[in-house]
Amino acid sequence: MKALCWTGINKLKIENVDEPTILDPGDAIVKVTLSASCGSDLHLLGGYVPGMRAGDILGHEFMGEIVATGSGVQHRRVGDRVVVCSFMSCGQCWYCRNELTSLCDNTNPHPGLGEGLFGASTGGCFGYSQITGGFAGSHATYVRVPHIDTGAFLIPDGVSDEQAVFASDAVPTGWMGADLGGVKPGDVVAVWGAGGVGQMAARAAMLLGAEKVIVIDRLPERLEQVRTVIGAETLDYSSTEVMAELRERTGGRGPDVAIEAVGMEAHSQRPDYLYDKVKTMLKLETDRPTAVREAIMAARKGGSVFVLGVFGGLVDKFPLGAVMNKGLTLRSGQQHGHRYIPMLLERIAAGEISTGHLATHVMPLEEAPRGYEMFKTKQDGCVRAVFRP
Amino acid sequence: MTKKMIVGIGVTGLAVAAGAAGLRRRRHSSDRDGEAATRWNVVTIQRPPADVVHDQHLPEPLAALNGLIDVRWSIAPGGRGTELRARPHTDGRDEDDDELRGAVRVALRESKQLLEVGHVLTNHPQPEGRRPHTPAGAIVDALVRRSPEEGVL
Repeated sequence: MKALCWTGINKLKIENVDEPTILDPGDAIVKVTLSASCGSDLHLLGGYVPGMRAGDILGHEFMGEIVATGSGVQHRRVGDRVVVCSFMSCGQCWYCRNELTSLCDNTNPHPGLGEGLFGASTGGCFGYSQITGGFAGSHATYVRVPHIDTGAFLIPDGVSDEQAVFASDAVPTGWMGADLGGVKPGDVVAVWGAGGVGQMAARAAMLLGAEKVIVIDRLPERLEQVRTVIGAETLDYSSTEVMAELRERTGGRGPDVAIEAVGMEAHSQRPDYLYDKVKTMLKLETDRPTAVREAIMAARKGGSVFVLGVFGGLVDKFPLGAVMNKGLTLRSGQQHGHRYIPMLLERIAAGEISTGHLATHVMPLEEAPRGYEMFKTKQDGCVRAVFRP
Repeated sequence: MTKKMIVGIGVTGLAVAAGAAGLRRRRHSSDRDGEAATRWNVVTIQRPPADVVHDQHLPEPLAALNGLIDVRWSIAPGGRGTELRARPHTDGRDEDDDELRGAVRVALRESKQLLEVGHVLTNHPQPEGRRPHTPAGAIVDALVRRSPEEGVL
């Protein structure tokens, strides 16, 4: 079958690879209908996340049809049209039972790598480096899905493929930022990043009762989507000073909840961007946390900051003094999608959450290298390139 | 040296730092922790003690190390099941047995999966593109191979 492989830093190639097989009783094979690029893939592509091996198949946000199941599968059947959570959950460990499914103890066959980096390993994830288990990703004709009973969700009739695919990752990730960030009725929420996850975080904040939601970015087409599709306010950081503008729009308080949806390759007009750029180039720092710093400094006293963007290592000049002296609550995490996806699919079906507009460029899998180039360089207003094997 | 080579070395360095941290931890613990050789490796299993050690029978992966290791278990706080701990027999030695310590980690992790899920998750063989032989690739491969027996567990 065809698959999109990482072959080196900033190198992608469509290769012919073996088809996956059932390895464990809880497995299924899914024929991929759509598989989306994600901003976090760019960290893999650029070599920012260690543990990539040439030949790794990318892709973690996908939907499709089950074509084979293992002997232990009970709740899913061949023919089911499903969206699959990007992270895996065994459903049985303490973390899974407490709805912290991306922290699953039993789905990462390479625990020593995560434990060495982070002090503990995450759960397994499709197509996201050897650190999250080295599982083959979904940018392929077929993908093996371990623990299909817990990880795959039936797509309601009336929800299109283009809508459903983002329920795999972007929608639950965004929802988690607003939910675990503690958004409540009457709040003012600021979201850094108007990509798919940022837009979904903004929409989630609105549905959870926020009175004002402000999304910060520099790309006009994404800010336009925020205004017209999501219905939130926008702030273009390339033309105004973010901190001053946020103070003005929040009555001098700062946002109650600050959600960072940018990650380790943040851009900024601020001087610390140049500082981080130099330090990362010299390998004296692994990630650029510009948006995280800004979110911490902007949040109101006693407010909360949720880090949704992916970070892989060490950052410099972290404003811990602001966290402590302003009494902030700082939370983060990979997405615990299993707790949200059924509810989110219902909301998508009901028209409460729009997602299809994120798929600005749908193309055959064979064109995925071009799609990633467009996505990376934001050509032609690309918000997400989505591949059809 | 080309830019690509520099980047490649940097990334390789990160990968080494990531996966080898467990090795460094162990050497450091030997150097700085006088009790390293007698420390327990522990997992918490979301099952009651009676399920974990049934009629004095250890889970199969630990039973396979019978005679080489000590095993203890206790109720975990907060309804978290059972804390299952194991360590190599020290036989009065100060030095830790690295190979056996790695086998203990593997056995504990596999015991936990068997008891909680019913099987040990595998990811091999699976589809993959061409894996060229490169220094960076060899390092990642080596770290992945050793990953189950390393870490902070």
